[in-house]
Amino acid sequence: MSMLSTEVEILEENVSSGSSRRPNVLRRTFSSPQAWIGLGVIAVIAAWAWIGPLFAPDPETTDPLAFSQSPSGAHWFGTNSIGQDVYAQTLVGLQKSLVIGFIAGPAATVIAGFVGALAGYVGGIWDKVVVWVIDLLLVLPAFYILVLLSPVFKDLSWLALVVGIAAFSWMIMARVIRGQTMSLRDRDFVKAARYMGVGTFTIIRRHIIPNVASLLIIDATLGVGAAILFESTLSYFGFGIHAPDVSLGTLLAAGTSAAVTRPWLFVFPAAVLVITVLATSLLGDSLRDAVDPTSGANRD
Amino acid sequence: MTDPATTPILRVDDLRVTFRGEPDVHAVRGVTYEVNQGEFLGIVGESGSGKSVSSLAVMGLLPGTAKIEGSIQFDGRELVGLDDRRYSRIRGGDIAMIFQDPLSALTPVYTIGGQITEGLKLHDKKLSDQAAQARAAELLTLVGIPNVQRNLRAFPHEFSGGMRQRAMIAIAIANDPRLIVADEPTTALDVTIQAQILDVLQKAREVTGAAVVLITHDLGVVAGNADRVAVMYAGRIVEQAPVRDLFQHPTMPYTIGLLRSMPNLTSPREERLVPLEGRPPLLTTVPTGCPFAPRCPAAIDRCLEGEPELLPVGASTQEAACIRSDEIAAGTLPRGEIFPRPETLPEAEAVVETATGNAIEITDMRKTYPLYKGAVFRRRIGEVHAVDGISFSVRSGSTLGLVGESGCGKTTTIMQILELSGAEAGTIKVADKDTAKLSKAERRTMRRDIQVVFQDPMASIDPRMRISEVIAEPLTVQNVPAAEARKKVEDLLELVGLERSFADRYPHEFSGGQRQRIGIARALVVDPKIVVLDEPVSALDVSVQAGVINLLEDLKAKLGLSYLFVAHDLAVVRHTADDVAVMYLGRIVEYGTSDQVFDRPMHPYSRALLSAVPIPDPDAEQSRDRILLEGDLPSPADRREGCNFRTRCPLYKLMPEDKQAQCREVDPHVRPVEGRDVACHHAEQIDLLTSATAA
Repeated sequence: MSMLSTEVEILEENVSSGSSRRPNVLRRTFSSPQAWIGLGVIAVIAAWAWIGPLFAPDPETTDPLAFSQSPSGAHWFGTNSIGQDVYAQTLVGLQKSLVIGFIAGPAATVIAGFVGALAGYVGGIWDKVVVWVIDLLLVLPAFYILVLLSPVFKDLSWLALVVGIAAFSWMIMARVIRGQTMSLRDRDFVKAARYMGVGTFTIIRRHIIPNVASLLIIDATLGVGAAILFESTLSYFGFGIHAPDVSLGTLLAAGTSAAVTRPWLFVFPAAVLVITVLATSLLGDSLRDAVDPTSGANRD
Repeated sequence: MTDPATTPILRVDDLRVTFRGEPDVHAVRGVTYEVNQGEFLGIVGESGSGKSVSSLAVMGLLPGTAKIEGSIQFDGRELVGLDDRRYSRIRGGDIAMIFQDPLSALTPVYTIGGQITEGLKLHDKKLSDQAAQARAAELLTLVGIPNVQRNLRAFPHEFSGGMRQRAMIAIAIANDPRLIVADEPTTALDVTIQAQILDVLQKAREVTGAAVVLITHDLGVVAGNADRVAVMYAGRIVEQAPVRDLFQHPTMPYTIGLLRSMPNLTSPREERLVPLEGRPPLLTTVPTGCPFAPRCPAAIDRCLEGEPELLPVGASTQEAACIRSDEIAAGTLPRGEIFPRPETLPEAEAVVETATGNAIEITDMRKTYPLYKGAVFRRRIGEVHAVDGISFSVRSGSTLGLVGESGCGKTTTIMQILELSGAEAGTIKVADKDTAKLSKAERRTMRRDIQVVFQDPMASIDPRMRISEVIAEPLTVQNVPAAEARKKVEDLLELVGLERSFADRYPHEFSGGQRQRIGIARALVVDPKIVVLDEPVSALDVSVQAGVINLLEDLKAKLGLSYLFVAHDLAVVRHTADDVAVMYLGRIVEYGTSDQVFDRPMHPYSRALLSAVPIPDPDAEQSRDRILLEGDLPSPADRREGCNFRTRCPLYKLMPEDKQAQCREVDPHVRPVEGRDVACHHAEQIDLLTSATAA
């Protein structure tokens, strides 16, 4: 059957000439409704997180007339036990969660791309060291490390947490990129560049990274959702974001004890969290589906 | 019963295969042919011509996305529309198939014996295990696999490519098929192994009396084996004729062009190849006129009016799909005028700036790779001598052809040269400088002088870069300003026969031949003195090859380049090289001028290699001496005493005992014989081979 597939490939190649590759991936991605839903929801949520607070009460201010009130016209998501508006707090928390997600997810991808490509391309002792570090980080439970380090984070800004999350989310992708790079390294166009005398970093920048770019984009997208979840989990247990900052995780933590009696404290932040993560996953998955059938980085 | 000689065993009538998709691909558009009992039909075509798809349709192996119309009758039985279960009874029984890639066609987890007996027992339920075993052993002996009992229990990975293909043939003929469909059975194999396999295929045909349909892109393979040939182009058969007629007086311009574009071992080196310009049409649209018309120099307005039918030419058995075929057959439209041989470059255009001395000089170069065993505690258990002390030089302004089969060390050799960092042992001199002693800056400067063109034009160009960026890449290393680089890129595009406007396009918009031209442009952009060509045309279709070879010749003359031309296709080397070095197992066995080596090879290996190359001329094929090598290339990991070609050497067998002892014990060194270097103790007795095959 191999003969058939090559023949069909040749035919397909004849067919696909005339339009370039990248728009192809984008077109395939956005031909699926999931991608549109994912992108739309993310856009709406982000807009809401930053525009919403302009029209909402101040999240810090307590309303002495409304303690622990259920949702109403004045307080859409109700109030907490000291009379703060849950809607306003959710928006502020959402802002922080989104910022953390959108920084930590792509940051992990950048580390993964750089480290993976370097290890795969340079090989030898560097490769061994990198693989060793990756394996080490993979066996260390990231959650407990961050829990142990939480007293340190407490004194630093929330940005330190972003660094912490990113530092523990790049390993698997780095291994994938390393593998891809090792096969790319033996491709003739990389060899050709090497024999031209092109330097290592230029080759990685010019040939390796663009050829694994589709993988990196997918990883970055999926990484956003993962980072948001990771942050929420940490904050929920009290090891992530600390007062005065709020995130969805801290809101959930505050609402848990009253989840049965005053569900609005818990349900609304939880719903926002679920929808946000779901939307990034939808977008990431449809990106992957668009690239995968032809296993993007490998095909030409 | 009708006379078996007149009833065709396979009759394909107006077969159409369409692959559903966006847009639909019309892979096969109305193919009609017949195969008589015991006949050997060759179907020839370039990639994308629909030759494989039409044969897979016969086997019922097309995927569900393919729509099959028309009729395929096997022995009077209609096959189109048959369900898979019924098809399976015919497949492997009466019709057998041999695939191109024997590695993926055999199941890796079952033994060879198991796979042969499986086929036997599927089609004959009453067969006992012992009978099946005995039959399997018989079949393996028939296809020339030694140590039958041991090899029946072997797994496919233990076999070499040639052995696997033999096993495939054994499976194919296991049930005495009446039709064998062989889809490019030798394309993945080396030329000496190809000769063996074609031999086995002929033998299989004699033993079973089956008809054979051989699908190939190689006209040479067809010339020596087929009775009748069908040429396919753009999903249709464009010419069909008995093999002699087709090669002697082709009547379809495509066939004429194809035959004239092929480099031939027997034609003189000075003769230029005839390029067949353009590329096959896309199969997504149904052509309104003759699909070959855009590439056909003999096309007239009438050619565009309708697709010509496949019609008999005059009263002969030859059929051609060309409205001018009668003119061609009658000689009023001479074949040579349709595709005139291009003129050689006028002397004036050739730059006579040939430096004296050697562009590349290699002395006693060696390269070994360590072999390790064990996963946790790796220990060195030996080494592979990939290149085992070779010396040669590329004279300035000339071409050295480095030939040999896969695994002989050609690639390792050029990679060592291109690294520009010396050799493991021995010296590599490029432009009279020892590459081991270069400083970093000197090495960078030298990168300008030596450039490389790779084999696969699809893999050697980064698909994500524009053509201008691809070609200008070597300039970035030499810090050439962007505007100057752009100018240079456009000049080079023109030099290699492409349009200047191509600079802003992406690689996937180009055909294989065009991409290879882009690869050549990239190599030349820094004005190198030496170009290493690593199988530069072997991934291209025949019709495109000629154009690229001519281009390389012209560039060499115009720019005064020196080439190190690595190839396994001897006909191509014959056309391009001034000097030839033949490699076997990391050694050079014969090294001399091209004329010396090709006209009268003195080493038994070079002689066998040359005799294995198929010649696209049925008469020449039949009259020449064939020296078949036995067995496969031994593993380079094993070191033997004495001559390493001894195990397969046809001359060794003809030697008396005392001289054989010399082959066994003494490693032959390269010594001058009749003006060239030969590594054989008995090169003077080489003519014994010819008299032995004649007798």
